[in-house]
Amino acid sequence: MHCDVCKTNQATVFLTQIVEGKMQKVNLCEACSKEKGVTDPTGFALADLLLGLGAAQEMERGGAVQKCLVCGFSQADFKKTGRLGCASCYTTFADGLSSLLKGMHKGTEHLGKVPARLAKTLERESALKTLQRDLRKAVADEDYESAASIRDQIRHLDVE
Amino acid sequence: MAIHNILNTSGEWLRSEGPHHQIVVSSRVRLARNLKSFSFPGWAKKHERLQILETIKPQVEALPEMNDAFSVYSQDLSALEKQVLVERHLISREHAAKGVGSAVVMNRRQTLSIMINEEDHLRMQAIRAGLQLKSVFKMIDKVDSALEERLDYAFHAHLGYLTACPTNVGTGMRASAMVHLPALVMSEQINQVIQAVNKIGLAVRGLYGEGTEALGNLFQVSNQTTLGEKEDEIIARLHKVIEQIIEHEQNARQMLLQKKPNTLLDHIGRGYGILRHAYSMNSKEALNLLSFMKLGIDLGFFPENCRQPIDELFMETQPAHLQKGTQQKLAAEERDSLRAEIVRAKLSEFPRPDIGPSKPPGPSEGNGSQN
Repeated sequence: MHCDVCKTNQATVFLTQIVEGKMQKVNLCEACSKEKGVTDPTGFALADLLLGLGAAQEMERGGAVQKCLVCGFSQADFKKTGRLGCASCYTTFADGLSSLLKGMHKGTEHLGKVPARLAKTLERESALKTLQRDLRKAVADEDYESAASIRDQIRHLDVE
Repeated sequence: MAIHNILNTSGEWLRSEGPHHQIVVSSRVRLARNLKSFSFPGWAKKHERLQILETIKPQVEALPEMNDAFSVYSQDLSALEKQVLVERHLISREHAAKGVGSAVVMNRRQTLSIMINEEDHLRMQAIRAGLQLKSVFKMIDKVDSALEERLDYAFHAHLGYLTACPTNVGTGMRASAMVHLPALVMSEQINQVIQAVNKIGLAVRGLYGEGTEALGNLFQVSNQTTLGEKEDEIIARLHKVIEQIIEHEQNARQMLLQKKPNTLLDHIGRGYGILRHAYSMNSKEALNLLSFMKLGIDLGFFPENCRQPIDELFMETQPAHLQKGTQQKLAAEERDSLRAEIVRAKLSEFPRPDIGPSKPPGPSEGNGSQN
């Protein structure tokens, strides 16, 4: 088995760590394990290490999109740096990122602070989405009475 | 305000105060934020970075908290000045490497520091002495709320604040406490503690963050994840864990006092002896010996008025702090002798460790000696 970092030497150090129930594994050769400080008792969490390794592969698996249309950043660039190009990259590479984020974080939805200016807009957008879904369902069910009332609510939101 | 004002006064958080200050040196919270319509700093071209900088910097300087702030472009700081700021945790090592297109703004008390165009457009942090994560978070949250009124942040309805690195997405928050754990290291329990902390999704790192050594028995404990949990929940969880670590350290100290008093006293006595009489000392040795002095003060072997000078030496013996008073750059050997000189001078009035009549204990301490 080859080392996950240099991909040339034989792996002799096998690390497994369970963080909040998720198992993370990494195989390293002697030299890379020293360099990454995994043999150092104060060398700590695997996550930092794993981020650089697994991230790019996860992204590749994600889909056909190769380049962000807004900033020109590509998957190859992510592989090199482990950083994204701009805010739109999160949309461009959404498929690949979602599994990456899932493995990396506690959840997949932001639950924390929302900029005050955006809070209202976001609330309206999500209300609008729900109403539109309800409307489609009502139409499909041929429940035109509900559909009309939902349509009025949507109009009301649009005016605000 | 000029750079020398910052360099010549130590930050408020370096004072030995605050809740649990014996074990918790400082509490820090940083937030990562980006502007909506620009590339992240690592990908942006130079002209774009300058545009970002000139959009953000005036807004930061206009904050009431930044009244009488120190604000400087990265290219206007010397390598040594940057290194001093790194040693004080006011800028990151990564930011110290930046040139044209980046800047840092900090308040006079050195409790707030805002880096522009580090890995993200904005990296803002608050830092205070002792264990006070909650109040530190409040401080930086207020700054963030003021800035968001004037700057268009990159924010995603599901993913929260968008950051250059996916590890920071969501809250963009990293909360950390710097803890001094000599007894857990001496009693070889530290790895167990680190593993336990890792298991609940928190990270333990060395003195200067990711990938650095734990010098002077100083460790940083911080949250590892930023998505899927509210800010105050992360802070509360971290606070609880730090409290438990404090308890473990205190227990380990009592155990050492009872079971291995000679080992403990030997460490402290040697620390005292070497620090007072050495003529050459590298910064690693200095930090490790100062750590034992700090422990000695905590345990009452030295009077309380020794605390402040020792805490100051933790900073003053760092390479850049050492050289900030000298005219030219010093070679390693010159630094080591200057370091020893500063330490000797500061400790010249220190009394010998007062080990009291009840200690040292009887002859049998098993094989309590260490190599």
